[in-house]
This record gives sequence, structure tokens and C-alpha cells, in this order.
Amino acid sequence: MVDILFYIFAAVAIGSALGVVMSRNPVGSLLFMVATLASLAGIFVLLEAHFLAAVQVIVYAGAIMVLFLFVIMLLNLGHDYQKDLKWGAFSVLSFIVVGTLAGFLARALGAGSTGDVMSSAGGRSIDAAVSEFGAVGAIARPLFTTYVVPFEITGILLLVAIVGALVLAKRNV
Amino acid sequence: MVVASMILSALLFVVGTLGVLIRRNAIIMFLSIELQLNAVNLAFVALSRVWGIEGQIFVFFVMTVAAAEAAVGLAIIISIFRHYETVNVNNFNLLKW
Repeated sequence: MVDILFYIFAAVAIGSALGVVMSRNPVGSLLFMVATLASLAGIFVLLEAHFLAAVQVIVYAGAIMVLFLFVIMLLNLGHDYQKDLKWGAFSVLSFIVVGTLAGFLARALGAGSTGDVMSSAGGRSIDAAVSEFGAVGAIARPLFTTYVVPFEITGILLLVAIVGALVLAKRNV
Repeated sequence: MVVASMILSALLFVVGTLGVLIRRNAIIMFLSIELQLNAVNLAFVALSRVWGIEGQIFVFFVMTVAAAEAAVGLAIIISIFRHYETVNVNNFNLLKW
């Protein structure tokens, strides 16, 4: 059952990712992206990362994609059907580069594959933490103890991004 | 399922790379970069089943950085659009030699 769900979600993710790349209309591309993100959230649930699945839907498919949609509507690009796929010599070169990359990735990932890794040490430690502290607590405990300095630096990064976005998009710079 | 997730992650990353390489629309290039980030997130979550909770924490950081990157990048695109009236990167050749 879980495997069947996984393959359904994976097929939707790959198909929608191809839709993102191939769609003529930027809004259609964006909606395909939302479908990709939603199916990735489903795969996160299947991998027992429930909190990250919720954050994926709320932050990615909600906030970031709405930001993209606002920009597309603001710049009035919704009916921008001009031909922007760059085929030709550059495209052949792109496919060679991408194909080589895919080959290396598949080889590296297929090398160390073992059988049933769902019940390995890491998975068992995550399951123990989830049953003790809950799905949010299992992530929050290391985040606020071991990784508290990167967490605070991330806060500073968000502040810098807010200020930078305001300064860049202001009308009379 | 972890290995299948890694293969799916590689395929999504390749599709994202293809989008960055062959599309000329700046916003869709940005979307393809987000697709690449998501592929890496999937790899992190899959490997957290093997190595522990740290993979999920790193996904949290990647999401934050992606949000910051989208905000600043879209602001730059708006600012460029005001000058050139287009988002096709073929027209942004000021620095081209």
C-alpha cells in the first residue's frame, strides 16, 4: 500500500516537474510547481517526516508560491506566450550536460543501496524521539539545543532578506 | 523506499537543471531553482531515515534560505522589469562582452 502510494506520488512529482519546465504559460508553470510540492509533501509523510510535510505545504506551496504568483500578476506576465524555450546548439549542449549529471547521480546513488533501510538505526532513533516528544518536539529539541546558533543566524538572514527585498523593489531608488 | 526516494530526487534535480538551462524566462528559471532545492530536500529527508534527525533539521534551514532567496530574487526581477519591460534573460546583455 505504502509502496503504491509512493509510486503514485513520484509519478505526479516527475510529471509536474516536466510541466514546470515545458509549460508555455508562467501561471501554468507555477500551478504545476504547486502540484510537485504537494506530492513531495506526500512523500515526506510516507518517509515519516510529518512536521516537514506540513511545513512544505504551508511555507512552500502556500507562501513562496503565492509570492511568485503575485510577481507574475504584478508584472502582467500571465499571457506572456512568447517563445522562450531556447532550442538549437545550446540545447543539445544542455542535454549532454544534464545527461552526464544524471548518469553520475544515478551511479553514486545506486552504489551504496542496501535492502530494508526503513528500520535502520537513524529511523529507529527518529521513531523513539517522535513517540517521546511528538512530531514537532522531535525536531524542536535538537533545533533549540545543538543547532541553536545556525537557527539564530537564519533569523538574521531573514531580516536581511526583508530589508533587501524592500530596498530593491521600492519604486524610487 | 529510501533508495527510490534518492532516485526520484536525482530525477527531479535533473529536470530542474534542464529548466535552468533551456528556459529564458527569468521567473521560470527561478522556479526551476526551487525545484532543485526541493530535490535536495527530498534526499535529506530520505537519508534522515538512515542517519538520524539531522537531515530533517537541515531541510528546515534549506526552506528558510529558499524563502529568503525567493524574496530577494523576485525583488531583483521586479526592479529589472521596470528598466527593460521584459523578463526574458536574452535582453539582459549589459554585462555581455
